[in-house]
Amino acid sequence: MTNITEFPAKRASLEGRRYGTFSYLPPMDADRIRQQVKYLISRGWNPAIEHSEPEQADSDFWYLWKLPLFGEKDVDAVLAELENCHKAFPRHHVRLIGYDNLRQTQGTAMVIYRAA
Amino acid sequence: MTDKTYQAGVKEYRETYWEPDYTIKDTDLLACFKVTPQPGVPREEAAAAVAAESSTGTWTTVWTDLLTDLDYYKGRAYAIEDVPGDKECFYAFIAYPIDLFEEGSVVNVLTSLAGNVFGFKAIRSLRLEDIRFPLAYVMTCGGPPNGMQVERDRLNKYGRPLLGCTIKPKLGLSAKNYGRAVYECLRGGLDFTKDDENINSQPFMRWRHRFEFVMEAVQKAEAETGERKGHYLNVTAPTPEEMYKRAEFARTLGSRIIMHDFLTGGFCANTGLANWCRDNGMLLHIHRALHAVLDRHPRHGIHFRVLLKCLRLSGGDHLHTGTVVGKLEGDREATLGWIDLLRESYVKENRDRGIFFDQDYGAMPGALAVASGGIHVWHMPALVTIFGDDAVLQFGGGTLGHPWGNAAGATANRVAMEACVEARNQGRQLEREGKEILTAAAEHSPELRIAMDTWKEIKFEFDTVDKLDVA
Repeated sequence: MTNITEFPAKRASLEGRRYGTFSYLPPMDADRIRQQVKYLISRGWNPAIEHSEPEQADSDFWYLWKLPLFGEKDVDAVLAELENCHKAFPRHHVRLIGYDNLRQTQGTAMVIYRAA
Repeated sequence: MTDKTYQAGVKEYRETYWEPDYTIKDTDLLACFKVTPQPGVPREEAAAAVAAESSTGTWTTVWTDLLTDLDYYKGRAYAIEDVPGDKECFYAFIAYPIDLFEEGSVVNVLTSLAGNVFGFKAIRSLRLEDIRFPLAYVMTCGGPPNGMQVERDRLNKYGRPLLGCTIKPKLGLSAKNYGRAVYECLRGGLDFTKDDENINSQPFMRWRHRFEFVMEAVQKAEAETGERKGHYLNVTAPTPEEMYKRAEFARTLGSRIIMHDFLTGGFCANTGLANWCRDNGMLLHIHRALHAVLDRHPRHGIHFRVLLKCLRLSGGDHLHTGTVVGKLEGDREATLGWIDLLRESYVKENRDRGIFFDQDYGAMPGALAVASGGIHVWHMPALVTIFGDDAVLQFGGGTLGHPWGNAAGATANRVAMEACVEARNQGRQLEREGKEILTAAAEHSPELRIAMDTWKEIKFEFDTVDKLDVA
């Protein structure tokens, strides 16, 4: 029994909160983010950015940042918009979405900036 | 008017039911049977007999045949093919007019196609390999009550497979202890937990007590993690009335998902429950107890792809499809074939995957494939490769058997899955680089490292019994 690591109890704070795909991995550095943006674009999905106060994150509808970047193929342009959103709302979560208009779903969604 | 006169007696089936020149109609329901005739019975006669006995025919001519237009209503055998690698059997292709079947009733379709004909003496054994449901018939069926896209939106989960776990031991836990196991799994990072199929409402844990404790567990884990979660509350019951009662109670407790065993419960119950789920915004997980009794023998029974197509029409949002890599039977190419039949809107004939017909589902939603049975973290690279994102990967022992307990086991699986998805998106070859990918992920996750040490040596490498027919 002595070698068992206790699973952390974090109900009282937002610390135990998770935010979907990739939130069980260490936060991504610039290079890992870049590769995921590249993948999203290569699948033909439309990038979009949304953000939320951590307290409101349960909602289906986060604030949409501008409009989805329809047809955007430039990885750097998407990264720049993510950063713009983060700068404008530094205390918010910022999520990148890949809208798949053919299947009417999100091909992927990942929180790029996690609020502290 | 007709010039036919009544001649009592027995005719050869092929005179009426073998039509090699028949032109298939778009509205015909097509079936492919693997026939093993009794010695001395010619192929055309055996194929015609199957067509007759699964449609309008009986063993002798009857005068009432002349009161209708049997040439319109009969099924006809229109083609025969060799079975690669098996000289005793052959494939018989049969076309049935759509009016032979009640609208929206896979019950009725199977009663004809898999009814008396399977006991017919002139046939030594018989296997229903595939059915082409015409789009006109598909449109009369309800199908999955929600479908994959709606499920993802409801659960707010995108770009990855979902993770589940069947609670074990499968029998004998009290409701509160069972709820504990659920809570630990979900707080550790799983999306779903599942009632074992054997769990209905036994003396050691009545359904109502289980539902109450489990839902408390689900809701607490959701509050703790901020992620949406569910437990497949099994509403499979002795009677339809009891099934609906349990489904209603699950709804009042706020459950997102319930579960049904479609073969032991039956298609009548399943279709009714799918309709109820559609009306009540409930996801429906489908288990497949009994399937191996029907589908495992290569020469007799009903192939799983047929059962799966019937389930998609009857209704379900998840269906167990086998894992390819775990403890249960499943050929890789055949599995890839039937998961397409579960999820895609149009699937082309592909004999390399055991698919005999083009199948058009029109706008009917697809359902998620569920991979469950003897899988653990080391299988993750293969599972993500085989199943892609639209699947639920269910680790029972592979979660609960973690040396640190369920929550750590769940985290290990979640980390492994996310690491595999990230690597796949980067263009890496998961099945080749799986070990490096998992080892790197384990550097940041002691839970994963311990899981990898625990299950390093477990493999399930037995030969598949139900293989695709190849020469």
